[in-house]
Amino acid sequence: MAKKISILIVDDEESVRDSLFNWFIEDGYHVECAEDARKALTLLESEEFDIILADIKMPGMDGLEMLKRIKALRKDSIVIMMTAFATVDTAVQALKDGAFDYVTKPFDPDDLSHLIRNASKQITLSEENEILKVKVISLENVEDLIGSSEAMKNVLHQIESVAQSNASVIITGESGTGKELVARAIHANSSRKFFPLVSVHCGALSESLLESELFGHEKGAFTGAVYNRKGRFEMADSGTIFLDEIATISQKMQVELLRVLESKKFVRVGGNKEIASDFRVICATNRDLKTMVEKGLFREDLFYRLNVVNINVPPLRERIDDIPLLVEYFIKKYCTSMNRPLITIEPAALKRLEEFSFPGNIRELENMIERAIVVGNGKKISLKDLPLGREVVNPTFESLDDLEKHHISQILSKYDWNISATAKALKIDRVTLYNKIKKYDLKPAGK
Amino acid sequence: MKVENIVLISIGYFETNLLEKVLHEVEHEFMVPVRIKEGHLDLSEYYNPARNQYDANKLLKEIDATFALDQDKTLGIFDVDLFIPILTYIFGQAFLNGRSGIASLYRLRNERYGIKSDEKIFVDRIRKEIIHELGHSFGLIHCSNPTCVMRSSTYVEDIDQKNHHFCNTCKAELMKHETTGK
Repeated sequence: MAKKISILIVDDEESVRDSLFNWFIEDGYHVECAEDARKALTLLESEEFDIILADIKMPGMDGLEMLKRIKALRKDSIVIMMTAFATVDTAVQALKDGAFDYVTKPFDPDDLSHLIRNASKQITLSEENEILKVKVISLENVEDLIGSSEAMKNVLHQIESVAQSNASVIITGESGTGKELVARAIHANSSRKFFPLVSVHCGALSESLLESELFGHEKGAFTGAVYNRKGRFEMADSGTIFLDEIATISQKMQVELLRVLESKKFVRVGGNKEIASDFRVICATNRDLKTMVEKGLFREDLFYRLNVVNINVPPLRERIDDIPLLVEYFIKKYCTSMNRPLITIEPAALKRLEEFSFPGNIRELENMIERAIVVGNGKKISLKDLPLGREVVNPTFESLDDLEKHHISQILSKYDWNISATAKALKIDRVTLYNKIKKYDLKPAGK
Repeated sequence: MKVENIVLISIGYFETNLLEKVLHEVEHEFMVPVRIKEGHLDLSEYYNPARNQYDANKLLKEIDATFALDQDKTLGIFDVDLFIPILTYIFGQAFLNGRSGIASLYRLRNERYGIKSDEKIFVDRIRKEIIHELGHSFGLIHCSNPTCVMRSSTYVEDIDQKNHHFCNTCKAELMKHETTGK
């Protein structure tokens, strides 16, 4: 249903206020009046109006001064100035200061309706524009969800079944597995897809910043709050809010969040008006929330409120079958964005990628491919283009002996079991190398 | 509260039988009995010499205070040029979802625009203007349907474009008002 346009009339003459009030209310607008600029500004601090129709000549603060203050409060406000004494100078000044239009009293009835219709159209277009921008972003990123492995098919199936409902979802998985992409896919396949998907990275914000980010703030609520600002919950009205790294939020914010999730109502920081918003919540974390609940670090009631559906995104090492597809996808993505011809990957390099453990998951693979395209010869990605040497710091090696055994074995393979060359590379003498081979029972591959 | 009567009050000098010509259609649109009365007001109190027009805001308040009853919808009908401070003229106005309204015949005649007099068109415009203002008093707002009587009209040509019936949407709203009183 179309939103009802709200109009604030500011004029010191009661008869003008009454006339405009009656006229607009018959057109079905939501209308309020203020008799001077001071009262209008007070009203604007607690309530938002789509259109402000203000007289220029008023006792106390005049309309032009009020226009500047309204623009300082909310720069996208539509303000129409009116006066009984039109001069070119004041009209030009009003338009320079950001007025939408300028009219002379009394108006022709048709002019007034026309003016408001144009302003309403502008509001609708701006809102549609914002929604479409978000929609384009969210649909683009769904394509990044690549995979044909059983594990990934299972995730896609879960996305499909949960998307159409309004249920809260917690997406779990290691860092870099693509949890945000799963959230975008759920949103893009839901009935809320034409409304915004608003993301908040909870871990990146301090408690007070997160509060202001989620609930918004009123001008002057704290140092630096120079504008009224909508919070993410308000921006996500009719859409979805994605709370990434939910496990990092403080106990106080957990209480606040639970209250908002239950009532779908909140108050901006420094404000006193309750705002309602219809949003769906999707959270993500790389931590085990259930254990956190047991240890008393995460509220149990909030956990159950959020954990209606749990989707676990598997790490890349558990979906090795998807690596060729992902490599192909990232090559295409980066070659296109760097405006280079499409290249391929050598089978040996691909095999090594399939053997790699990828502690950083898909994000690490993506960075690796991007780097290989930048540093490579522009034809094929080879082994030397891949920074796979870092595998020696694989966390599965707990003892120094394990690490040493693995490293010596790798260097021996590299030099085809040439003892002299290997000892030289390892900067140890040949006798020591023999001792190590014996100690770790190392043998050439195939023997 | 259920509306008991619609009361049309003619104020000033014009043929009272004009209202009798529209009575039947008004009754039919609202399904409420319509009564016609004569009222007396000293219009000089509402005259604005600077604009050579009559103050519609003051007249509406006067009709509401002097003639209107809670159980009725009362419409004051004048034959003078009405204005509100912000607009050059109006055909009429009403309290939205209130108990009263006003309408003027002054700008509804063809001869006002240098065109040959036409009684049929004149009565047709009166009928539409009365039903339109009463519609507001029953809580209806302007309608975007080009043929609905609640379509906003700036010029007489706009009044001629629409008919004197409510569209289905406005009719449904009217029924809701009759049931709930809101």
